[in-house]
Amino acid sequence: MKGCDVSIEHVSKSFGNFHALDDATIEIAKGEFFSLLGPSGCGKTTLLRIIAGFETPDEGIVTFDGQNIIGIDANKRQSNTVFQNYALFPHLSVYENVAFPLRIRKAPAGEIDRKVRDYLHLVQLDAHLGKKPNQLSGGQKQRVAIARALINEPSVLLLDEPLSALDAKLRSNLLVELDAIHDQIGITFIYVTHDQSEALSVSDRIAVMNQGKVLQIGTPFEIYESPATEFVAKFIGETNLFDARVASCAPHGNGEFMVDLDVPELGRRIKVTDYDETQTGQQVSFTVRPEKIRITLEEPASNGRELNVFRGVVEEPVYSGFQSKFYVKLENGTVLKVFKQHQNYLEDGPEIAWKDEVFVSWSANDGYIVEVINQ
Amino acid sequence: MSRPKPLAGRNYGPAYSYPMGGWFTAFFILPIAIIVLYSFMRKGTHGGVVWEPSLEAYRQMLNSSYARLFVRTLAVTLVSTALSIAIALPCGYAMARSRAQTLLLFLVIIPFWTNSLIRINAWIAILGNEGFLNETLRRFGLITESLPFLYNQRAVVLVLVYMYLPYAILPIFTAMDKFDFSLLEAARDLGATKSQSMLKVLLPNVRAGIVTAIIFTFIPIFGAYTVPLLVGGKDSYMLGNIVVDQVTKLRNWPLASAFSLVITVVSTAGVLWMMGTSAREAARLKAATGTKQEAGV
Repeated sequence: MKGCDVSIEHVSKSFGNFHALDDATIEIAKGEFFSLLGPSGCGKTTLLRIIAGFETPDEGIVTFDGQNIIGIDANKRQSNTVFQNYALFPHLSVYENVAFPLRIRKAPAGEIDRKVRDYLHLVQLDAHLGKKPNQLSGGQKQRVAIARALINEPSVLLLDEPLSALDAKLRSNLLVELDAIHDQIGITFIYVTHDQSEALSVSDRIAVMNQGKVLQIGTPFEIYESPATEFVAKFIGETNLFDARVASCAPHGNGEFMVDLDVPELGRRIKVTDYDETQTGQQVSFTVRPEKIRITLEEPASNGRELNVFRGVVEEPVYSGFQSKFYVKLENGTVLKVFKQHQNYLEDGPEIAWKDEVFVSWSANDGYIVEVINQ
Repeated sequence: MSRPKPLAGRNYGPAYSYPMGGWFTAFFILPIAIIVLYSFMRKGTHGGVVWEPSLEAYRQMLNSSYARLFVRTLAVTLVSTALSIAIALPCGYAMARSRAQTLLLFLVIIPFWTNSLIRINAWIAILGNEGFLNETLRRFGLITESLPFLYNQRAVVLVLVYMYLPYAILPIFTAMDKFDFSLLEAARDLGATKSQSMLKVLLPNVRAGIVTAIIFTFIPIFGAYTVPLLVGGKDSYMLGNIVVDQVTKLRNWPLASAFSLVITVVSTAGVLWMMGTSAREAARLKAATGTKQEAGV
């Protein structure tokens, strides 16, 4: 397999007083589609620029297949970058932009022509060889940038928010294409984005970053379903998040614990299962995803499960075709976000409208305790 | 594309350009016409011309000493222009990337506030036998006899470059300022060395600024006469000095007019050639990529 392992070991970088990166450690496997996800200013772009060779870390090293690359010039590294603003050379045609790395390497003319055509075919731009960058649409520009970054056959492709300048529809199309290209050429992709849905949909694994720190590394499923910190829970998807205090914690079988939580904002005690043991009296955060909450007009039957049930009034229904969002005001005034996926007519149940009195409920398995705050 | 109809029903647009047109006719075209006319007349005894068509001025010009002077003027101009551009490129680059851009721009413009003769005399004060440079070298015991910095070809080139450097820096800076410097990172990322990224990415993209800078320095330097007069030696005369001498001392107005025309024609030819090269280069590039595309389809 082509591509190489990338290992980021205790990398820190400051710009003046600003700590862009704080002791980041990430292991990326050969051929992985790995995303660095976080809000702007979280250090993801700085980390990418360190890997590319545009910045030098204050501390720590980056290795490609075990070989330290810090100190090697950007033009000598086994990585190529797709830039956020495309960075196409405006004075060169599409053909010459893609040929640029080969001309620098003084590759034979025949090889240049063959490869440029191959890679422009890969990104479906065969019909635009002679155009200048300013004659291309945003999506086409980004394809040229991708072809240009791939033509040197790097071991690692670095993508710096490559789709952020494109409109939503084009973005999702290009994302699928990017994933297909990754599958086809099999090198390591490191993808920087602030868009959690992009990261979730194509990544093998994701590192969620904030304020220069790596908060969690995991598969999209792990990141979404068991966020490690409050920030990750809030940043990835929508969620309901509350401060809580552990009232009791007892083994529940299968290595799980059944935890009773006092949640002041919900006004009473709820049940949640957890894989880690917590101590009575401990302060924690509690989160439950809106789509895990059921909304019904009639009181749901527990059927032997541990169900948390609340009564409330629909304050704001938001219909968006395949699903509806409900903002449900509980009896104590707290507003819960609830998503209801629309199914076929028979299974969808009675329509829920504004001001309806409803029951919201979720199973103890569907809530999570995140970021156990030690007292 | 249809042009929107003017509201008043008639387009008065061209009328607004008449004052400008009048100004150029009066103060640009007419003087040149007069010079052309004078160059084909016979010399008046105490200056002026005798209204009698003649090719005498041009016959006088075909003289080996004038030919040498022409070649020297061209050589000094080319060297000075080349040096100005060579200095202006890194200057413009540094200014475009600097955070103190306004301050640096200000510093480039400041010399324009002082009369050029005063600035040339400042150089005389620096380079002269008892000047600042010689005094300093003497004080440090590096020399005992003054070095002849002034009154030679090198002094002329030095001061010409100094005088016209801002005209080279400003257009190059403007072009560099518009340049997207992340392209240099992209070039480095794709395998280019630092110098390759400058030559293959930066320079082609600031080309227009460089062409403008060459035009802005070449033309005034080719017609310069104060600098060679004040800091040059006997062998530093340029075409501009001949024109002044013919008008003021030798009273040969037709010959002065003929030399003026030579300066104008050479300058214009130079500009047209520069602009033509740019256009040809663009066309060549277009044709090259165009044929590649056809071959591919």
